[in-house]
Amino acid sequence: MATKTAHGKLATTPDGLRYRPSHEGLPPRSIAPSKLARTLTLVLLAFIALYFLLPIVWVVFASSKTKGDLLSSFGFWFGNDIAWGANWDSLMAWTQNLFPRWVLNSIFYSTVAATVGTLLSVAAGYAMAKFQFPGRNAMLGIVMTGLLMPVALLTVPMYLLFSQLGITNTIWAILIPCIVSPFGVFLGNVYAASSVPTELLEAARIDGAGEARIFFTMVLRLLAPAMVTIFLFIFVATWNNFLLPLMMISSAELKPVTLGLYGMMSYFDPNRGAVMLGALLGVLPLIALFLFLQRFWQAGLAAGSVKG
Amino acid sequence: MSSPSVSAEPKRRKWSRQARHQAISGWAFALPFFLAFCLVFVAPILSAIRSSVFTMKASGGGLFGGGEMEEVFVGLENFQTVATNGAFWSGIGRVFLFGIVQIPIMIGVALLLALLIDSFLVRRPGIWRLSYFLPYAIPGLVAAIVWGYLYIPEVSPFADMLPEIQGSPFFLSPPIVLWSMANMTTWTFTGYNMLIFLAALQAIPGDLYEAARIDGASGWKITTQIKIPMVGSAALLAVLLSIIGTVQLFNEPTVVSTLATWMPKDYTPMMMAYNTMMGLLTPSGAGMASAISILMALIAGSLAVLYFLAQRRLQK
Repeated sequence: MATKTAHGKLATTPDGLRYRPSHEGLPPRSIAPSKLARTLTLVLLAFIALYFLLPIVWVVFASSKTKGDLLSSFGFWFGNDIAWGANWDSLMAWTQNLFPRWVLNSIFYSTVAATVGTLLSVAAGYAMAKFQFPGRNAMLGIVMTGLLMPVALLTVPMYLLFSQLGITNTIWAILIPCIVSPFGVFLGNVYAASSVPTELLEAARIDGAGEARIFFTMVLRLLAPAMVTIFLFIFVATWNNFLLPLMMISSAELKPVTLGLYGMMSYFDPNRGAVMLGALLGVLPLIALFLFLQRFWQAGLAAGSVKG
Repeated sequence: MSSPSVSAEPKRRKWSRQARHQAISGWAFALPFFLAFCLVFVAPILSAIRSSVFTMKASGGGLFGGGEMEEVFVGLENFQTVATNGAFWSGIGRVFLFGIVQIPIMIGVALLLALLIDSFLVRRPGIWRLSYFLPYAIPGLVAAIVWGYLYIPEVSPFADMLPEIQGSPFFLSPPIVLWSMANMTTWTFTGYNMLIFLAALQAIPGDLYEAARIDGASGWKITTQIKIPMVGSAALLAVLLSIIGTVQLFNEPTVVSTLATWMPKDYTPMMMAYNTMMGLLTPSGAGMASAISILMALIAGSLAVLYFLAQRRLQK
């Protein structure tokens, strides 16, 4: 009778004892939760997943609809016409053909800010972890303060400062603020302290390598996992920034996609299907990046927060 | 922080040469970040403090002024104007209400999800982790546009089932709209906080669970007695970051106010600072906007410190 339970068959050890083997990848039978508990959890998790995913699914369908279909048709399926083409034309017309340019602008700002910002962060984090220099502890304090600083509050005075310097409405007004990431320095510091062996640095120094060469050929490689995380973090933060370009940028050619979309939706009675298409196309690069770099952020994005 | 063994060196001259090398290289690596930090963090703070005690006045005097505009030192007058402005405090009140409801819900759900995903109850954690985290990849502004459309009855698949309140659609009406925006931020950031908790849970050593099991602890006991206490510092960080995020609430109300046109331009303090700076509110101007920013930063800082101290006292 025991052989016919839902949990599979009995097995026999070489010396003739009969036992019921555990399933591979599952906890030992004695502490495994009941099937009921697992089913209930699954149902709960699935419901919560609907909350997080349905709006994204809805955007995909809404972006394909004409004005009439948006009003009348079922939200989670296509309407009578699939109007992606028409909505694209309307998106281009509303934005005076600038929409692709805005997406490219966002890609440009995010890529440059993330690349430079990652290098600056890792260099500073490495310096604080591996060098004794005067002001080191003060700098650590500054970084921790910066980590907890409401950055949006800085944007207003930064606008004043940048307009005195005459760099508002240029790419520098976006790039300079976005390359500074206290979180990146913090993560770089934690990571360098734990994964760059001091012996290795000393060995390289004895072999006559200069500090710059040690940094660029050895340290950066050791810090690669942290760098991917910092890169992703700055990239997303730059892409998501809205208040900064809203204050700094006035010419349409320099707008990132968030600002462009906002301008579009704040028109009187815009073509909503086209706005949804713009929203969808404006986030696709980010979602692609996230899916592509999944194994990095899953391990790294929160790593710094645990040790702090 | 590990540091090279400098104390073991007996000769003084060598020590100082090494120390100098350390100082020079350390500063060389840290300098680019430090300079950028000064430009982006320190200089704006100083410039805000300076401009908050000045105001622009026409040198001719009078209501419409005559002659050139010039900066006049006014001391703490800007702060006084802001602090006696009811709109500023109602903005702070809204943000406070928002935070005190939204942050516990978001952190609670994030912790629950992390505990479930980390437990034996779930077989494929990867799929769940990804689907809860995906909204984080969507910019807050775009999320606000999408949810904003989901709140308009004509477009939304569900909003037309709900009644109008005070002449506005349900989700965009005065008593509800704050919670509609709370929903937007919850949707975006729950997955991120869940990741913070998951990372903290994965850092708990496995022997702890084994020891508990041998002592006869159930899965529930392990969750409540080991896992939840062990993620305390992650929770502290998550809450602090959420408080800071809430103080700067701007994107969501700005987008929603294009749909709910009754919303004032000073609905949140950050909106007030922006619109004051841009001259869309009276009184306006850089001095006033700086004063608002500084007051907000002080309030936010004291809230964060209060929370931190309260948390520390509770843990003792």
